[in-house]
Amino acid sequence: MSPPPDITDEGTAGPTGLSLEAKLRRAQRQRSLNAFLLVAPLLLFILVVFAGPILSLLYFSVDDPKLAEVMPRTAEIVAEWDGAELPGEEAYATVVEEIRAAYGDRTVAAAAMRLNYEISGFRSMVMRTGRKIRRIAGPPYKEALIGLDERWGDITYWRAIKASAGPYTTRYLLAAVDLERKWDGSIGTAPPERTIYIDYLERTFWISFWVLAWCIAIGYPMAYLIATTGRRLSRILLALVLLPFWTSLLVRTAAWVVLLQNKGVVNDFLLYAGLSDEPLTLIFNRTGVYVAMVHILLPFLVLPLYAVMRNIPASQMRAAASLGAKPVAAFLSVYLPQTLPGLGAGCILVFILSLGFYITPALIGGASDQMLSYLIAEFATRTGNWGMASAIAILLLLSVAALYPVYRGLVRGAAGFRFG
Amino acid sequence: MALPVNATRGQHVWYWCLRLICAVGFLFLIGPIVIVVPISFSAGSFLSYPLPGFSMRWYDAVVEPFPWMFALENSLIVAVSTTIVATALGTLAAYGLTRADFPGKPFVFGLLISPLAVPLVITALGLYFFFARVGLVQTHIGLIIAHVVLAVPFVVITVSATLKGFDWNLVRAAESLGARPLAAFFQVTLPLILPGVLAGAVFAFVTSLDEVIVALFVSGPAQITLPRQLFTGLRDQLDPSIVAIATILIAFSLALLAVVELLQWRSARQRSRREE
Repeated sequence: MSPPPDITDEGTAGPTGLSLEAKLRRAQRQRSLNAFLLVAPLLLFILVVFAGPILSLLYFSVDDPKLAEVMPRTAEIVAEWDGAELPGEEAYATVVEEIRAAYGDRTVAAAAMRLNYEISGFRSMVMRTGRKIRRIAGPPYKEALIGLDERWGDITYWRAIKASAGPYTTRYLLAAVDLERKWDGSIGTAPPERTIYIDYLERTFWISFWVLAWCIAIGYPMAYLIATTGRRLSRILLALVLLPFWTSLLVRTAAWVVLLQNKGVVNDFLLYAGLSDEPLTLIFNRTGVYVAMVHILLPFLVLPLYAVMRNIPASQMRAAASLGAKPVAAFLSVYLPQTLPGLGAGCILVFILSLGFYITPALIGGASDQMLSYLIAEFATRTGNWGMASAIAILLLLSVAALYPVYRGLVRGAAGFRFG
Repeated sequence: MALPVNATRGQHVWYWCLRLICAVGFLFLIGPIVIVVPISFSAGSFLSYPLPGFSMRWYDAVVEPFPWMFALENSLIVAVSTTIVATALGTLAAYGLTRADFPGKPFVFGLLISPLAVPLVITALGLYFFFARVGLVQTHIGLIIAHVVLAVPFVVITVSATLKGFDWNLVRAAESLGARPLAAFFQVTLPLILPGVLAGAVFAFVTSLDEVIVALFVSGPAQITLPRQLFTGLRDQLDPSIVAIATILIAFSLALLAVVELLQWRSARQRSRREE
């Protein structure tokens, strides 16, 4: 409604001499500002409490201050050392001095813990050195320290100290994809006992994939039935989908734990009906995880699909049939393309939600059914390895983020299909 | 969806296959929930059928102060606080987002609802590190803040959706009659969008009441919530009192489902009336 720029309304120009257009613009600016001020409190809250902490995971995945905090001079010396052969007397003297001090004020454990990430057994080695450090009276420190524990003469331990010197490290991010940086700076595969993370990533994707496949196989016909059946039955069926949807995830997981036990309802039924001679193991394995996850995620596929299918007139399929299309052809070329936006939305919801599943696999799965979320929780709350927890969280976040363009493409592809 | 009279044999097969898959699907969805309910009234301590007899003994265990009533109290404190804060902040933001355009609005909207898109365990990790540094780990306040983050997108989405059909002329009319913006909001806008706000509040409440992953990360023994206690119980010792608490929660979700359906029906009716 703004007037053409060359016309100014003299009559309504205020005492400030502003044109109507300028006043309108100012009023609109004011309105924008007011609107923004209403959003500002929540925006600030989300930035501080959500966006900030998520971004800080990037920082924590490379942050490596532990050794440098406890043994600053050692960290400095090994950082300059080239790592080719054993360091000199100065390095040994510094280590003795700093372990002595750190053991005295009980800060040595944090540094020892950090060193243990590099070589397992390093923690106890440092602690034992700390206990016996009193025996070292004076130089030469190199021989004295090797005398305490001959591993101090092994260059791999010194290289481990160099790798822990901080203040930043790529070890957690590399470890999350089963890689490690060798002492000479090259990047290679991590030793076999640490190459477990890609397995977890693959497993997370495979479980999510199969859960999604089952959800589509069962959910698509269900949504179709709800959308096309009579009004009354449709309402009842919809309620049957909505009730589990509203029921607590934990309650549903609990129900499956009860049902799937070795002496649970499902096994009792199978034995009673003669379908099986002995109780099947349905819990603490992959079967249980699939069953419970499909149950929990199925409504997320059915509901968006139903929302789309509801708006597809039944007459279209009849029209296709009257024009000679066989049922399968009519379904593939008329019905399916129109459901793709809903199917895409449902699929991406189910897939992304299942990538982040933690509770259900933790309660119903066995040790080999745990997903990336489990690793994150373990590292964060049990072992206190913030770096590793952050690195795996970033891996999971990137996996989820990579799916959003796929989703967009799917929805757009569906639209193009319809009009093309 | 009835079969045409001239349906071929193949169509008949398909028709009944479809029905069969759907029957299995609906049974699968609702079965577990229906099956566990009677077990909670069992006189025995086995979690299977046939039930040895009827008793309320497991409900007696539920009303004991520890652990369930303590957990329920914590859950209610956290969920009610979360609902109040999330509904206030979310409604305010949704109002601002629909009232006028400002630079970067789509981005801001995306940011506000982004907690929905990030896997819970990642949010939990970020919050845990953040709270550890500012001293909010193992506090009620910390848990409430965390739940507001998770609940607020639902309020923003529901209230925004309700405001899309809102007739802003009503506010202009109120203001032209001398109402101050605040009075116009409380006397004109809010009563009209109340179904949407309440639906958002119910979503927020349920989100908090059902949340366990963040609670596992940031809360301590003094903030044990119902889902957390359920998680511990399921992992450590499984007894029918868990099924009893599950039954209570199922009844609660039924009630909430009814409330939300009612609210959505009312708000849809209002919208269609306006369009007439």
